[in-house]
Amino acid sequence: MSNRFVENLVEREYDAGFVTDIESETLPPGLDESVVRFISAKKNEPEWLTDWRLEAYRGWQAMTAPKWAHVHFPPIDFTAISYFSAPKSLADGPSSLDEVDPELLRTYEKLGIPLHEQEFLAGVVKGADSPATSSEPSSRPNVAVDAIFDSVSIGTTFKDKLAEAGVVFCPISEAVQTHPELVRKYLGSVVPRKDNFYAALNSAVYSDGSFVYIPPGVRCPMELSTYFRINAQNTGQFERTLIIAEAGSYVSYLEGCTAPMRDENQLHAAVVELIALDDAEIKYSTVQNWYPGDKNGKGGIYNFVTKRGACIGVRSKISWTQVETGSAITWKYPSVILRGDYSVGEFYSVALTNNYQQADTGTKMIHLGKHTRSTIIAKGISAGKSNSTYRGLVRTSPTAIGARNYTQCDSLLIGSNCGAHTFPYIESKNASAIIEHEATTSKLSDEQLFLCQQRGIDPEKAVGMIVNGFCKEVFRQLPMEFAVEAGKLLEVSLEGAVG
Amino acid sequence: MRLLEVDDLHVTVAGQQILTGLSLSIDAGEVHAIMGPNGSGKSTLANVLAGHPGYEITSGSIRYKDIQLEDLKVEERAHLGLFLAFQYPVEIPGVSNMEFMKAALDAQAKARNEEPMSAIEFMKAARSAAQQLDLNPDFLKRGVNEGFSGGEKKRNEILQLLLLQPTLAVLDETDSGLDIDAIQTVSAGINRFRNADNGVLLITHYQRLLDYIVPDVVHVLANGRIIRSGDKSLAVTLEEKGYTWLSAS
Repeated sequence: MSNRFVENLVEREYDAGFVTDIESETLPPGLDESVVRFISAKKNEPEWLTDWRLEAYRGWQAMTAPKWAHVHFPPIDFTAISYFSAPKSLADGPSSLDEVDPELLRTYEKLGIPLHEQEFLAGVVKGADSPATSSEPSSRPNVAVDAIFDSVSIGTTFKDKLAEAGVVFCPISEAVQTHPELVRKYLGSVVPRKDNFYAALNSAVYSDGSFVYIPPGVRCPMELSTYFRINAQNTGQFERTLIIAEAGSYVSYLEGCTAPMRDENQLHAAVVELIALDDAEIKYSTVQNWYPGDKNGKGGIYNFVTKRGACIGVRSKISWTQVETGSAITWKYPSVILRGDYSVGEFYSVALTNNYQQADTGTKMIHLGKHTRSTIIAKGISAGKSNSTYRGLVRTSPTAIGARNYTQCDSLLIGSNCGAHTFPYIESKNASAIIEHEATTSKLSDEQLFLCQQRGIDPEKAVGMIVNGFCKEVFRQLPMEFAVEAGKLLEVSLEGAVG
Repeated sequence: MRLLEVDDLHVTVAGQQILTGLSLSIDAGEVHAIMGPNGSGKSTLANVLAGHPGYEITSGSIRYKDIQLEDLKVEERAHLGLFLAFQYPVEIPGVSNMEFMKAALDAQAKARNEEPMSAIEFMKAARSAAQQLDLNPDFLKRGVNEGFSGGEKKRNEILQLLLLQPTLAVLDETDSGLDIDAIQTVSAGINRFRNADNGVLLITHYQRLLDYIVPDVVHVLANGRIIRSGDKSLAVTLEEKGYTWLSAS
């Protein structure tokens, strides 16, 4: 049967694609030691950090960009990128949101990001348990937000309330001043500054990002969220996130990202480091909606990100959940190093590609401690002429007695011009380890659509429902308020995927 | 009242002529059975009525409730009360039966400018329909047709029939693959659906089904057109003598 319905792919709408007209201070394109020193000086950094950056920069110079990913793009000219851009109005650092340029606040308003503490995330109106049947607004918990605009943080909400619990949630540039011992101890401890090409670049030039510290025994009283926005033209965004969960603590953290529609590609090379001590748990969720480029593959963000968590303590747990709908190219592998005995790593992922998008994403689970466990559930959805790749590594070292892994990779194809690929790597050096891998590939068929339509459901809604059903196991892992939003985002991303 | 009027319908699939001048009319309150050998065009008729995109009407017309059906989208036909019970229902993994049926009901209510059924009303209706078809209520929570047995899939189609309450139900070989007990259960469901305002088009290979659902008219379809119509006794004669009896005569 011809897939006449699903082959007719047209442009998706990207509703976060506007540009904020704001005066910025932007460095001229190019990278050398003086740029690194400039950024460090701009942030008023101590000497050790300046040296740390310079060391990373020198390491980066000797490295070459990796080519092993299943993605294709022309070489990036790193001399054509500007490595620092900040809205001018923030030059002296506003002491409260009231002093922030209203144009900036409007940007976040338009994106539905709550920068006033009485507000909540917009667009979230239903409980996630039964989106089809419930129309009652559920009680929405507050979410503390750190908003990063181009290279700087423009404000963090709920700081006082978090401080009461002893939680530190602030821009990392501020943490360098207020908690230098923590930053110095943990920065680069999970992702060494010369870990890989893009991590080294980030270490040299990162401008801001979020810092989270949860003291021992504290359950963070609200969701923490960082919202990244790239605005300026020809700039790269290099943010750095560091989350430390002390013994017996818990935190759930969510990041969101958008960028204007521009014709040229923009580089986003972030580093995220998570550290979980004894019995601590970190839940890190991402809803990534960077501009994916237009329907002909022009423009869009290159999302080359290093995310890694270390379960240092016994019985600690790190869980990554990601919903990836944006970016021209996505290249990231949120990983967990399971060092503590009985520690747990989880990776739940939905990666959706449409038009000419490419995604090479997956995870690494490195089992070092005894009886460590990991679960990987990866769902790839390809539409248009896009390619979606799962790449994952499960390694059990000789010390990882009784380690367990379960991996499930499912791919869903929409139309017949897209591709799905799975590259699972398994390195077991321990005979007592149990590693399971399951993979399926299926196609959203005309017959499924026809069944839905025959029952009265229009094709757009039907595709949304079928794709949401496919992703259900992952959405279940998202914080409740965001699960519905993620479902909607998928539907928007697939808009026009059927004619 | 005339529900369906098919006139001199010619249909091709992938360039191949399947229906070659089929005419048929169904009034409200009637049950019509269509029988015929394999490849005669029975399922094609069902799919064309529902608007499947793989079938091309080359000439002829279909009027449903005095509306020209060819111009309407698949879902628009559904909104007008046209229902197809599939011969091979497809799976939709991860979408629960309940979620699916509520979405269908809501979409139809919206298209007709009616109030959607409340979640509680819906649950009651769905549970009661499941019970009538001897289905465990847990069945409603499972993915649409996901891992269902052949019999469960067919019963699930009738469950949807009972919930959606269409005006014209086209049942494409709903009896095939069912054991005797299941045929009785499914037939009871279809009989419960029948009333003076709706119509049923039963497509079947076997006379057996017609012991449980008594048709007003039986048609024999061969080589893409109806070659004989009669009352229930036609089905009995067919069962005895086979289709060759007709093509020979």
